[in-house]
Amino acid sequence: MYTHIMIPVDLTHAEQLKKALRTAADLANHYGISATYVGVTAATPSEIAHNPEEYARKLDDFARAEAARHGHQVRSRAVVSHDPTTDLDATLLRAVEETRADLVVMASHIPNIADHLWPSNGGTIATHARASVLIVR
Amino acid sequence: MTDDIGAQGIPAPEGAANIIETDYEIGQDNIQTQIGPFGLDIHNPVFLISGLTIIAFVFLTLAFQQSVEPVFNDLRAWLTGSFDWFFLLAGNVFVLLCLVLIVSPWGAVRIGGKEAVPDYSYPGWFAMLFAAGMGIGLMFYGVAEPISHFGTAMGGVSVEDGARTDWAPLGAAAGNAEEARRLGMAATIFHWGLHPWAIYAVVALALALFSYNKGLPLTIRSVFYPIFGERVWGWTGHVIDILAVFATLFGLATSLGFGAEQANAGLEFLFGLPVSDGSKVFLILAITAVALTSVVAGLDAGVKRLSEINMVLAALLLVFVILAGPTLAILTGFGANLVAYAEYLPALSNPFGREDTNFAQGWTSFYWAWWISWSPFVGMFIARVSRGRTVREFIVCVLLIPSLVSVLWMTAFGGTAISQILSDGVTAVQDAPLELKLFEMLGGLPLTAISSFIGIVLVIVFFVTSSDSGSLVIDTITAGGKVDAPLPQRVFWCVFEGLVAIALLLGGGLGALQAMAVSTGFPFAIVLLLACWAIIKGLASEPR
Repeated sequence: MYTHIMIPVDLTHAEQLKKALRTAADLANHYGISATYVGVTAATPSEIAHNPEEYARKLDDFARAEAARHGHQVRSRAVVSHDPTTDLDATLLRAVEETRADLVVMASHIPNIADHLWPSNGGTIATHARASVLIVR
Repeated sequence: MTDDIGAQGIPAPEGAANIIETDYEIGQDNIQTQIGPFGLDIHNPVFLISGLTIIAFVFLTLAFQQSVEPVFNDLRAWLTGSFDWFFLLAGNVFVLLCLVLIVSPWGAVRIGGKEAVPDYSYPGWFAMLFAAGMGIGLMFYGVAEPISHFGTAMGGVSVEDGARTDWAPLGAAAGNAEEARRLGMAATIFHWGLHPWAIYAVVALALALFSYNKGLPLTIRSVFYPIFGERVWGWTGHVIDILAVFATLFGLATSLGFGAEQANAGLEFLFGLPVSDGSKVFLILAITAVALTSVVAGLDAGVKRLSEINMVLAALLLVFVILAGPTLAILTGFGANLVAYAEYLPALSNPFGREDTNFAQGWTSFYWAWWISWSPFVGMFIARVSRGRTVREFIVCVLLIPSLVSVLWMTAFGGTAISQILSDGVTAVQDAPLELKLFEMLGGLPLTAISSFIGIVLVIVFFVTSSDSGSLVIDTITAGGKVDAPLPQRVFWCVFEGLVAIALLLGGGLGALQAMAVSTGFPFAIVLLLACWAIIKGLASEPR
């Protein structure tokens, strides 16, 4: 059915992603396929990492912890963006191609009025990615 | 269990890392909240206090214009007059530090760590730092300043009660046209060459170093970590950041207001667009709208692309002036002006015992205060886009190359205007008001309609590139150094800047608040001297 899952992760708000992470892991185990956890960071220091290398390490630790919890095969992929506020969608869409994922599982907020001005990331990925996209509210 | 392939994307760090260990966590003081449907992530209290102080100052100025204006103007005049030696001395320290860093072994330190690769190619990087750094001033002063210095130098020295009343640089060159031209060009290049770029380079290098190499948040206060230690995360740091936001926003808003007046005058001269409040407000709205589109598109798709367009247009105009103007004189003038600059530099930059007080205080000291008050904004923007360069590359590209471009620009624009006066006897440029001098000069060359049109477009684009990068910088400072704060915040700052400009334009007070913004150059000059020390201390602990 599917060959590879991509899971966009916001490491700063990982606690809000529990449902999506669980869904993704269950699907990976169900189909016996591996998953790539993708995180986007700026090159400047952020609340979770001093530099992109440290971010990549933390993301990899995160992916390994998911694997330990759910028993599926994982990879991690950290991507540096010059301006994550505006480039997140494009960066994630590129990552879908690069990871050759055919299923994206991602968390998204419940739509509100602001989505008419700035569509949510999940909405944009679903509109433009060639892979199937499962948005978890 | 886990993969055989492992992490992809970013390579594991190699070599010694040099992170400053601090208990502060970026964003720990931030308030993350929801206003209506919009998410916010703002620094407490920097965002709120900056915003409210700015509003308070605008109201104060509008309400008590008569009494406030002289206060701010006197403050500025007093600072640049009494502390001219301090500004000049500080400027020299910045240039010397930069030149020493180029040849010192510290030049090999790489911003972002030993393994870092440049974020931007040379053309994109250069376009962005140039568009943020000088921009609009080159358009108006490129013609106006050489002419002014040339004129006053020709006029010679006049003394009343033992004090110089003329505005000529140094000892002037009464009646000697050739020497007055050399002195005028040297004085102009002095104000647009090594010194301003050294001011930017110091701020930018300090920020880049402490952010990318030491892991501190990308905000002005981080530079002071070596001096104040953990206190920079408290009120000491809040005050530094608030002052930076204040200087940046008022610097940008007042330039935008004045710029709209200048652009309006240009448009009237060229196309007969009436000079009115309506036209000016429309110009500010248009500039803000384009800047807004740019910040919403982001750093790469918006700001960088606009800067590149800007660069191409500026290059076109420069090449046009060189070809259509006195080509040979400009090309030989470039070398001659460099020599004149080098020759007069020691005397022009001498902070003590100056006799040309009007020039040293009214021009040089004012310029230094002006550049310094812009430096938190320009420096922080340059820092953000300079990851992956070595210190040596960085200073060559932020100090030497822009200085050379300034020399060429001034030679072409000012040189053409001076030779129109000298050889053709045309005084239109000399007699025209500041905002029309550029167009009068272009009027003396062929294809005026096309070149003037490019000129006016360039004036507007230069405003946009200052406005969009400025909004990004203010947003980052008021988000506690986060570059991924929600989009509505940068939209807010960009719009706010336009609104402040409109309020001041209609209510009066552009001059008063511009004087206020320039006055912040004084505290920042002290701050920058401390930054020099922080740079040395920071570089000394870096692996090379």
